[in-house]
Formats: sequence, structure tokens, C-alpha cells
Amino acid sequence: MMTEALKVRLDLRDGLAVIYTEGYINNQGGEEIARVADEAMGHGHKVVLLNLVGTKIVNSIGISILIEIIEKMLEIEGKLAFCNLTPTIEKTFNIMGLTQYADIYADEETAVGGLGGE
Amino acid sequence: MMDLAVLREVTLTLPMLPDMEIAASKTATAMAEYMSMSPDRIDEVRMAVVEACINAIEHSAAPDRKVHITFSILGDPVPEKLQIEISDFGVGFEPDQVEEPRIEEKLKANRKRGWGLKIIEGLMDEVEVETGSHGTTVRMTKTRQPEKAS
Repeated sequence: MMTEALKVRLDLRDGLAVIYTEGYINNQGGEEIARVADEAMGHGHKVVLLNLVGTKIVNSIGISILIEIIEKMLEIEGKLAFCNLTPTIEKTFNIMGLTQYADIYADEETAVGGLGGE
Repeated sequence: MMDLAVLREVTLTLPMLPDMEIAASKTATAMAEYMSMSPDRIDEVRMAVVEACINAIEHSAAPDRKVHITFSILGDPVPEKLQIEISDFGVGFEPDQVEEPRIEEKLKANRKRGWGLKIIEGLMDEVEVETGSHGTTVRMTKTRQPEKAS
């Protein structure tokens, strides 16, 4: 059984890169997000918002790749933030402790305000 | 609590193939919906099933390359709990040698994986692991409604 590949879209804005995902974040999905995050960082973006509005399920392998992105962002004194998480994905991030290193916002508008205001 | 009766049971044997955990999660969803579990709790069960299947697929080295799953709705007479047993006939592991993952260490480590059991324990109400040289069984339960704090 093959699930449809994760769809990822990058929106580069002034001082903020937003990555939109749609689908299952497994290992391939995580790798695709990492590739797009690298692209954003390559354009000089140090603040990346991952909008998971189209993602209802993740697995720990995919999240491990998100931890790699957090590590890279910390190395460049940047920041990875998340918005539009399902309650279960947010709970999982809390269980893992990701929220110590990545901010979580309810929606994109709140995130843009929060990240822009720093 | 008195022993609960098995009201419904579904067994599933899945080959260890990419994304097969999603098939297991769909059965878990159907069972949880049948017993009218809330959507958020169903989502937590679904994610725990995904993680348990991935652990079996990634680590069991089971010669039959299969994951065996039993979903049981328990109650007397109304459904109270969903119990899920995920088994493999693999090589097992030493629970004492499994370090609890910590984000501050994983951020610096080359290997950032190893979160499955921690996630399962965080999402389910009860989790038991039986493991030995003939395989591993993860038995986990979630009540239909949140348990009241005593």
C-alpha cells in the first residue's frame, strides 16, 4: 500500500519562509520538507514557518527529520515554527519536547504576527 | 475494575511493506468510531498504531516479514476500551537497554530517531511490552472516554 506523496509548497516572503504541507509526513515526506527548508535557507531565510494545515498524520521518522531542520536553524541562529497542527500532532510534539525549540501557533496569521514581532 | 468482555474483535496480518502502517491505522479508526470514541482520541489511537507498526517493521527482523494485529473492543455490556495488540515474530529487544529519548540530546546526535515507544506511551492510556527472542508484542489500550481523575 503506497500513500500519495506529501505535497510541499514554499512561499518566500520578506523575512519569512512559509512551507505548506499536504499529506502524510513519513520519511519521504520529511526529506521533502528538509529539501524545501534548505532551499529557503539558501535564499537567506532564517525564519521558517511550517504550516501543516493539510497534514493530519505524521510519524516519528518524519518528525526526526524535522528535528534535523531545527538543528540546522539553531546553527544559523534562525528559527523553525509550526502552525495549524492537529491536536494529536501538537500533543506528539509536546511529548517529544519539540516545543522547547520550535514555537507553535494556532494559525498562520498568529504565527506571522508572533514571528514578525520578535 | 472487573474483567471486561470482548465485544468485537478484528485481526489483521500485514506484510512489512512501505506505508503499511496506514492500513493498520484505518482499521483502528474504524474500530474506535464503532465504539463512538471522540475524534481527538481516535486520532491519538491512530498515531500510536502507526508508531507500533513502524517499530515492528524497522526493528523486529521478523523472518515472516509480517505484523500481526488484534483490535478488541472491551466492555460489559457497552464498549469501554479499545485494546490493540501489535505483534511480530522477530528477534525482540532488551527493554532495559532502550534509552529514553531526550530532545536536547537528539538535537546534537547523529541518530535522531528512537521516539516510537515514548510517543505510544504518551498517547495511549495503558501500554505493555512483552519481548523475547521469539518476538515482541505491544499491547495498548485507550478508554472510550477520558478516565476521571481519582
